[in-house]
Amino acid sequence: MISKAMGWLVPARPQDSRGLRRDVIRVLIATDILFGVYYLAWRYAYSINWSVLPFALALLAAETYSFVDSLLFGVTMWRLKERGEPPPRLPHATVDVFITCYNEPVELLCRTVRAAKAIATPHRTYLLDDGDSTAMKQMAAEEHVDYITRSKDWRHRPRHAKAGNLSNALMQTDGEFVLILDADQVPRPHILERTLGYFRDEGVGFVQTPQVFYNVPKGDPFGNQAPLFYGPIQQGKDGWNAAFLCGSNAVLRREALLQLGVVGYVRAMQDNLGGVLRMAHRLFSKLLADGRHSSDPRSRAMLEQLRRAAADAEASRRDGDSLQEVTFRFQRRIDGIARALVNEDVQQIRADLAAVATITSDLQDLPELAEVDEVAFHALNRHEWSPLGAVEVVRTMVQAIDLDRADEAQPILPLATISVTEDMATAMRLHGLGWRSVYHHEVLALGMAPEDLRSSLQQRLRWAQGTIQVLLRDNPLFVPGLRLGQRLMYLATMWGYLSGFASVIYLVGPMIFLVFGLSPVSSWSPDFFWHLVPYLLLNQLLFTVVGWGKQTWRGRQYDLALFPLWIQAFTSAVANVFFHRPLGFVVTPKVRQSGVHLRLIGPQLVAIALLVVAIVIGLLRLMLGVTNELGPTLINVGWASYDLVLMSAVLDAAFYFPGAAAARASRSRPRRLRMRGAKNGD
Amino acid sequence: MEIDQTIAADGVVVLKPHGRLDMRSAPSMRERVAELIADGKVRIVIDLHLVAFMDSSGLSALISGLKSVRQGGGDLRIARPGEQVRLILQSTKLDTVLKPYGSVEEAVRGLSEAASERRP
Repeated sequence: MISKAMGWLVPARPQDSRGLRRDVIRVLIATDILFGVYYLAWRYAYSINWSVLPFALALLAAETYSFVDSLLFGVTMWRLKERGEPPPRLPHATVDVFITCYNEPVELLCRTVRAAKAIATPHRTYLLDDGDSTAMKQMAAEEHVDYITRSKDWRHRPRHAKAGNLSNALMQTDGEFVLILDADQVPRPHILERTLGYFRDEGVGFVQTPQVFYNVPKGDPFGNQAPLFYGPIQQGKDGWNAAFLCGSNAVLRREALLQLGVVGYVRAMQDNLGGVLRMAHRLFSKLLADGRHSSDPRSRAMLEQLRRAAADAEASRRDGDSLQEVTFRFQRRIDGIARALVNEDVQQIRADLAAVATITSDLQDLPELAEVDEVAFHALNRHEWSPLGAVEVVRTMVQAIDLDRADEAQPILPLATISVTEDMATAMRLHGLGWRSVYHHEVLALGMAPEDLRSSLQQRLRWAQGTIQVLLRDNPLFVPGLRLGQRLMYLATMWGYLSGFASVIYLVGPMIFLVFGLSPVSSWSPDFFWHLVPYLLLNQLLFTVVGWGKQTWRGRQYDLALFPLWIQAFTSAVANVFFHRPLGFVVTPKVRQSGVHLRLIGPQLVAIALLVVAIVIGLLRLMLGVTNELGPTLINVGWASYDLVLMSAVLDAAFYFPGAAAARASRSRPRRLRMRGAKNGD
Repeated sequence: MEIDQTIAADGVVVLKPHGRLDMRSAPSMRERVAELIADGKVRIVIDLHLVAFMDSSGLSALISGLKSVRQGGGDLRIARPGEQVRLILQSTKLDTVLKPYGSVEEAVRGLSEAASERRP
């Protein structure tokens, strides 16, 4: 009945219903936000239970978080863009197909490679093997595709995972466009035919298509699919010219990536030089202040000269002289000081050389630029003081500003390296440079999703950590060059990943009422319901219309049920960005895991147990007459039960055995297409 | 792509590429610089007067050239960019790193002075 009534909202014949569907969605969004404000304003003004203030405020904060979440969802959906047929492809484009791999099974790659070769549009296929394996190399040779591994420049330097793998390949290839495929993503022959046309617009930097998995078993126990993301959410972001790049099944314009690389190089050099010069100045001032070094007039004069050289260089940098000139002059000046010293002090040199060697080796592997002056200062103090030693320290610094980006394998790193989700950070910077993006909603490649709980959790944790890293390192509200809508689209995704904290409050809320009789709201009066119910209903209605025809329930369950994972992602990303701690993992699965994984869902099991106990206690209190609040008790029992239904997803997953059905599904042709993506609720 | 090569004062090498310095021709530019460095020639001026068009691949070839010569103790300079090249240098802010010199002589001058002073 409802399905009939809503059927006309589905874009069966896109041209006819697309506009209508969008209008209906817009009306729902506007009404939803209106009722949301109505409810929340009332909550703030009239409903706070002052006698349990911390609890009351916590719930209010969680509700405010959720309201902002639905507001951002509304903004996303406001510009839902269903593109339909793509423009005809560019006739003479040169395309490189990059297949990235890192120790996946050779058979898996072989299938992807063959499909890539079979792409109907002219192109050149490259296997980018980060595992550097002989078997993979041999397979590439047998299949007659080009094989790329890291150049020797990457030895002993940060590898930057997939971003590094792609950056390395970009320096060795020359196609105008690049199709990126993950190891498991088997492309369809017309993937380029259907996407290259968008690049007729010379401002388009990349085209993203959905990531779909053929091996997801019935019921999708691990919630790998995200049909809402590779659908309305991407289409909404597309409407704001903020389609997300998702690392695979995307075509990128080489020029856009290389421009990003050049701009990144300039920025790194500017930051680096400023940092080194300021630090050098600090170091010399410190040495001058230290009596031991400055008592000798000759040393003092030399330190003065060095300090002045650093100060002058910094001044000329600020005056806008090119870094080439600044570094060139600075290096020559240091050379001059060193030479003068050597001429004066031939006897001392031999003795100094040993100390110099130690000091410079101390400076070889510095963890952070900011600490160089500390390390150098202590190095100079620990070893016998020598003017030549000081000069060598400076020379090491000079090398650090040699415009060669010696700390990286290549001066140009087109793919962003600030996050483990390089794709999101890259796209945001491309948008910042003014490149346009396209989300083309057509399945053009099929991949394999994780088939066990552990790998699935690991993958989500990584996405969440990466997203938070980007939020902390490159906050979309401040990235230069973005439009307001684009800022909001990036913020929307990042905001979604903060849900773990609100979820805890939504889980604990009914428990506190049922067990202790404490209520976060001042009354459960009809007034409360008249404010809350319309908002809740509209929220559901909007969600239903937007997700019509898609299976969104698993995603919604996991949004709540994975609360420990979202919290872990947030805390570990904060520790990583601010305290340089490693990100950490759920575990590192090498092969498919099976069996019962209760350990992986410990916090969820505790929450489920507490919810059940709370419901029992709440009902007992009512029956034994401890409380006479029938309505509120039933409401909270309902609330707790809803939490339980959502949480039950983890039980399905933990007790899921990949049996015959899954094996069949992964062997046979795709029976049912499933999608994965970022977080479902976004 | 065609790249003229001449020797200026004090052994500074002047490269003069013709036409488009883009994703097709950037590799040959990079190779030419690599050959020079292998030859021990690390002071290079690139005269861009006849480069009608440059893209980010061309820019990145300049940057990798700069990296290599600096590691060899030399320097790479650019001179006489045309309108389009000047614009792309500005839009990527690469001109804050690599100064476009107004004439080849000016670019060579700094380099040859340096040669006599700088330690090998």
